[in-house]
Amino acid sequence: MPSPGFAMSTFFAEIDWRYLGELFFSGLTKGSIYALISLGYTMVYGIIELINFAHGEIYMIGAFTGLVMAGVLGSLGFPAVGILILGAVAAVVYCSAYGYTMEKIAYRPLRGAQRLSPLISAIGVSIFLQNYVLIAQSGEFLRYPNLIPDMPFLQPISYMLRPSSFLIIVTSAVVMVILTLFIKYTRLGKAMRATAQNRKMAMLLGIDADRIISATFVIGSALAAIGGILIASHTQQINFNIGFLAGIKAFTAAVLGGIGSIPGAMLGGLVLGCCESFASGYISCDYEDMFAFAILILILIFRPSGLLGKPKSMKV
Amino acid sequence: MLELRGVCTYYGNIQALWDVDIRIDEGEIVTLVGANGAGKTTTLMSICGVTPVQRGEIFFNGQTIHTQKTDRIVRMGVSQVPEGRLIFPELTVMENLELGAYLRRDKQGIQEDLEHVFSLFPILATRSGQAGGTLSGGEQQMLAISRALMARPRLLLLDEPSLGLAPIIIHQIFNIIRKVNESGTTIFLVEQNASQALKVAHRGYVMENGHITMQDEGDKLLRNEAVRKAYLGSVD
Repeated sequence: MPSPGFAMSTFFAEIDWRYLGELFFSGLTKGSIYALISLGYTMVYGIIELINFAHGEIYMIGAFTGLVMAGVLGSLGFPAVGILILGAVAAVVYCSAYGYTMEKIAYRPLRGAQRLSPLISAIGVSIFLQNYVLIAQSGEFLRYPNLIPDMPFLQPISYMLRPSSFLIIVTSAVVMVILTLFIKYTRLGKAMRATAQNRKMAMLLGIDADRIISATFVIGSALAAIGGILIASHTQQINFNIGFLAGIKAFTAAVLGGIGSIPGAMLGGLVLGCCESFASGYISCDYEDMFAFAILILILIFRPSGLLGKPKSMKV
Repeated sequence: MLELRGVCTYYGNIQALWDVDIRIDEGEIVTLVGANGAGKTTTLMSICGVTPVQRGEIFFNGQTIHTQKTDRIVRMGVSQVPEGRLIFPELTVMENLELGAYLRRDKQGIQEDLEHVFSLFPILATRSGQAGGTLSGGEQQMLAISRALMARPRLLLLDEPSLGLAPIIIHQIFNIIRKVNESGTTIFLVEQNASQALKVAHRGYVMENGHITMQDEGDKLLRNEAVRKAYLGSVD
């Protein structure tokens, strides 16, 4: 009879480590994007308890801004890296303006209305933005230029980590660290947390809640814009519809991590990306989306507060 | 310093305040006593601009404030310790205090006031890194008062600071209220605990069903037969 140790060693010997690594990094890449988008969902929910269904569209608009910038700057003869950086800056600014305007037009007038009203309004904004881009651009998949520089230091592991994936993972990590520090230590960050925990009390301390809500939309939109431009450089094709699925996946990630929790959204995004990647790699890629939404349903049934969300406790 | 003239406030179609007239002079402790649901909290929320005033006027140092947004009113020097204390449960004690000084930019002054509230409530200094939600009820009340003081208010509004606290803590809180007043802050104290409130206050108002029904000096109200029957529970 073979010892259990022997069985284990054959099990490990049979693992294709290269394949596993490939799936892991692909999951991490997707997961980073989900995390960037889901932060916008979770921050907005944390403050005004609204699922902003138009948030995925902001991400899509970010990708399109990058495309337009690439066209303009490319014809002016800018180098690829310059286009990438300027495109990202433009996308962040443009999408922030969209986020700000969206809140002002579609959600602020409904403040104090029943909860369903802003939700419907969000769906309306989502449909509007999709169709607006459909008309203004086109319904086709548009090719996105390759702007990512070669990264020779990735050569030894290039089979599992492409430069674009590397860029996505590193950029997202940096952005998330900055966001965390911002929320924790700055005056605005503290005011945002206070407003999320108790808006009335925040107002009584002189915090202008409307300004905080606007700031939340602006920050969330900026993060989505970064996600949009990164993913466009990675997949090298975009269309008006990419925000829909990405938005729902990111929403799933936010719920998975615990909606309202910022570290939860980051963790949820990464976990969801990896789950999807492994499911499609070891089972079938047809089941990728099904897995993501099965996770959503399971979480909603068994742990509605998510991985890092905690039931509220307060002594009286 | 603060004057309410004929203030009427509604929740939807329900009128909560009926022609409320209240005057608070600089340096006073004025109390508003009344039963649960009489409109005391609504009065404070109307002053702070959280629940809008339908009719009537509110003046603070001669300026009308009932048309202003809450953050403007706070900026003018009105701080509130609301009912239920409303500590930010997931922020640390220190962060709660820092947010009390949200509108201030004078680092030096903020640091001085931080030391001041820690000297008033030394327990808060030892708990400064702890999440606000982990404090006991009494400690939360101390934190709520300290947080309001961090704004260096000219007028401090206190809503039921004694609610749900042990007698010894209540005693301590009322001592602090007196001390804060002696250091120059005007105080408007809303209480169900009428005997304690009227003892510490210079003047008092009695509110019933959204109307001001009586007003007098604190100790006179304390001896008033009707007040004793209704709010002090002793008819000897």
